[in-house]
Amino acid sequence: MENYVYKDIVIVGGGPAGLAAAISAKNNGVDDIVILERDKYAGGVLRQCIHDGFGLQMFGERLTGPEYAARYEDKANELGIEIKLNTFVLDISEDKVVRAISPEDGVVYYKAKAVVLAMGCREKPRPGIMLPGQRPAGVYTAGLVQRLINIDGFVPGKEAVILGSGDIGLIMARRLTLEGVKVKGVYELMSFSSGLKRNIVQCLDDFGIPLYLDHTVTDIHGKDRVTGVTVAKVDENKKPIPGTEQIIDCDMLVLSVGLIPENELSKSAGVQLNNVTGGLFVDDTMSTNRDGIFACGNVVHVHDLVDFVTIESNNAGKCAAEYVKGQIFEGDTMNVIPTNGVRYVVPNKIHKQHDRKTVELMFRVGRVYKNAKIVVSDSNGVMRSFNRNVLTPGEMEKIKLAQADIAAAVGDITVSIEE
Amino acid sequence: MYDIFIIGSGVSGGFIALELSKYNLKVAIAERSLEPANGCSRANSGIVHGGYDPIPGTLKAKLNLRGSQMMPEVAKRLNIDFDPCGAHVLAFGADDDAKIQELYQRGLTNGVEGLSVITGDELRAKEPNVSEKVTSALYSATTGIISPYKMAIASTELACMNGCEFIRNCEVTGLESKGDHIAIHTTLGDYNSKYVVNAAGVNSAIIAKMLGDNSFGIIARKGEYLILDKSESGIVKSVIFQVPSNMGKGILVSPTIDGNVLLGPTSHNVDDKDDKSTTSAGIAEAVAGAKRSVPTVNERKLITMFAGVRSVPTTGDFVIGQSSAELRLFNAAGIESPGLTSSPAIAEYLVGIMKQAGVEMSEKKNYFVTRPAEKHVVHMPQNEANELIKADPAYGKIVCRCEQITEGEIIDAIRRPAGAVTVDGVKMRARAGMGRCHGGFCTSRVIEILSRELGVPETEIKKQNDGSNMLYRTLRED
Repeated sequence: MENYVYKDIVIVGGGPAGLAAAISAKNNGVDDIVILERDKYAGGVLRQCIHDGFGLQMFGERLTGPEYAARYEDKANELGIEIKLNTFVLDISEDKVVRAISPEDGVVYYKAKAVVLAMGCREKPRPGIMLPGQRPAGVYTAGLVQRLINIDGFVPGKEAVILGSGDIGLIMARRLTLEGVKVKGVYELMSFSSGLKRNIVQCLDDFGIPLYLDHTVTDIHGKDRVTGVTVAKVDENKKPIPGTEQIIDCDMLVLSVGLIPENELSKSAGVQLNNVTGGLFVDDTMSTNRDGIFACGNVVHVHDLVDFVTIESNNAGKCAAEYVKGQIFEGDTMNVIPTNGVRYVVPNKIHKQHDRKTVELMFRVGRVYKNAKIVVSDSNGVMRSFNRNVLTPGEMEKIKLAQADIAAAVGDITVSIEE
Repeated sequence: MYDIFIIGSGVSGGFIALELSKYNLKVAIAERSLEPANGCSRANSGIVHGGYDPIPGTLKAKLNLRGSQMMPEVAKRLNIDFDPCGAHVLAFGADDDAKIQELYQRGLTNGVEGLSVITGDELRAKEPNVSEKVTSALYSATTGIISPYKMAIASTELACMNGCEFIRNCEVTGLESKGDHIAIHTTLGDYNSKYVVNAAGVNSAIIAKMLGDNSFGIIARKGEYLILDKSESGIVKSVIFQVPSNMGKGILVSPTIDGNVLLGPTSHNVDDKDDKSTTSAGIAEAVAGAKRSVPTVNERKLITMFAGVRSVPTTGDFVIGQSSAELRLFNAAGIESPGLTSSPAIAEYLVGIMKQAGVEMSEKKNYFVTRPAEKHVVHMPQNEANELIKADPAYGKIVCRCEQITEGEIIDAIRRPAGAVTVDGVKMRARAGMGRCHGGFCTSRVIEILSRELGVPETEIKKQNDGSNMLYRTLRED
């Protein structure tokens, strides 16, 4: 029989989401909290994001990733929140027993009143895009390259091709260039970049790095180390167009082809996943379908800015604390259903009666829209609509609904795009 | 002077070395790559075949059956997993039904036990995801699954525990008869040995020719495979074959011993023996073939793709025995399917031939018959894991998140006999980097551990072969 270590709240992950949730839970009156962090430091991926631009929303400052993380880590330490480093969670049971392993404590079973899932996300690797060819050294995801350079102190190649124009790909184009690596181009399958506009300007344009839209990599050459890649233009169905192939000599292919919420542990706890995004279904209290299991940050859905992760995690920490103190949310709920053009909405369920002024809905669209309307409807018809000049899958949309509207809504509500 | 110099450390070379390591002989096993099992033994279907497929009377038929009978005990002694999950060969229509009957009869002739022919509906009751179009199936109860590279690595390791010498990064460039021995020229220098065993896989015809043996040729035949995430395990419980053709056993859908799902292989002859590239056409072919058997296969759950090059002998059968051109040369060549299944039997059979040919062998008084089990901390009971972690905290530090592999397990993979020296070597032995993130998180940590354990700079750490360095330079030169 296992010996349990009892805790009010166990937070899985000490990145920006876990740190913010812990601080918020503590500030809302729960003391017995532990953060379990698998790496040797807290802060998560921010520790390797040494560029600036973090914290504009939260602090009105342009912080680096480590600076942003340090603000929350310092705060957590100040509040006396226990952070267990090098501690890896192996599984979580439906009754909130968290099995963790670390060099210091060995295998420990934590029994929690509430669990906050804050594991973040991981990068989609090469097979995720079914990229054929040889399997040489030199095919790396952008985040791995970032860690190798910024944390471990190694430059992994001399000449790079980057596939995918997500933010990490753009940031790494600049970072590699600064370390003397020749970046021969960023190739993007879609007709638009999924990265932030400011990153395209600051990371590519300012360094003269070309961005090739509607292009992909179709083959990898080199038996031992990458010697080149074949790139090709794609048609409207994203299939390579024969005759447009060309070989680009390089010794490294950097993949920035998407992020996947890291939900293997959530599955072990019986938490329901959103099959569209790989993220989680949560209600307006950031509670999953499992009683007492909350979630926040990129494990729920991939955010554009860490500031938004912090805001969401503050809510999760507060609600987890309220749950521990016995304030259980009851009463009528309604579903929030993504329709026409909307891929998902967080939260996907809202309590109708709640002490608040507004409810924020976050979502992403499936393609680019110009001069479109975001329409929120209930069973009686349109409740609210919001005009947007541009909607793109690369940027998360946020809309606010007044509590009065929520309370008055009939049946479930839908969010859709109208052109 | 070696007594026996084995060229190639795939499954054939590994088991031959293991068999020879029981005797008072000076044995070396030379491998042109940095790790064992870098050829076809790394990239095949991982099936222990029942033995109904080979033509009766061939070496393939004889050694397949023997190998299949030996496998449970071999796996136990090597401490590697083996699952006799059974297999079904599917028939789609009347022509195939007839071929199923033919296979069944052939199996009986070959002496295979546990065979039966069942109807499509009987099959679907056992394997509900199999296509509605299947009309009948051959069931083989003795078929199983195993990790092919683990077999090669574990047999080499146990051979080395018994004094065999593993020489890596050693490519044979020439062989010369010297009367009472053979001179072996390699990229690492020259060696002398009384006898040479040719287990060089796709290169075995080239090796034989170096000593004037032109009795066989090797055709390189590439097979491309896909591996699906563990979330898909359970889609089939047994190995699902289709009726075989003259190009091989067709595209299968199979559980793997590690809990994933395997699709493939394609089967195409190639000019380049080292062509392990995957292609869009190959992937599409493997997926389409797999869906013919199991329509619900979800290729979006793909976690990796790979290709292997099989050694197809021009003689149609395994080439095993003493060379008539050079009596000091023994061949174990043309080991295509069912080579993996046969490998322990090939070793037993070849060493028998060597004895008959007059190679003197006296059995050692003591030798190891069992390879120590690998530790997998997260599967241990809490108290057992905690004792281990207390003694060595490295066993408490997870490095590979997807497969939950600790630093201690990675260090073991490096320190074992004929241990890992490359990132792929660690991956094959300890599974670090084998999971769904494909090394995105653990690669940099594995490089660091290899560097520390081997005492070489991180920039010298390779993925697999020479020239496959993972890193280019350190960030700062100071």
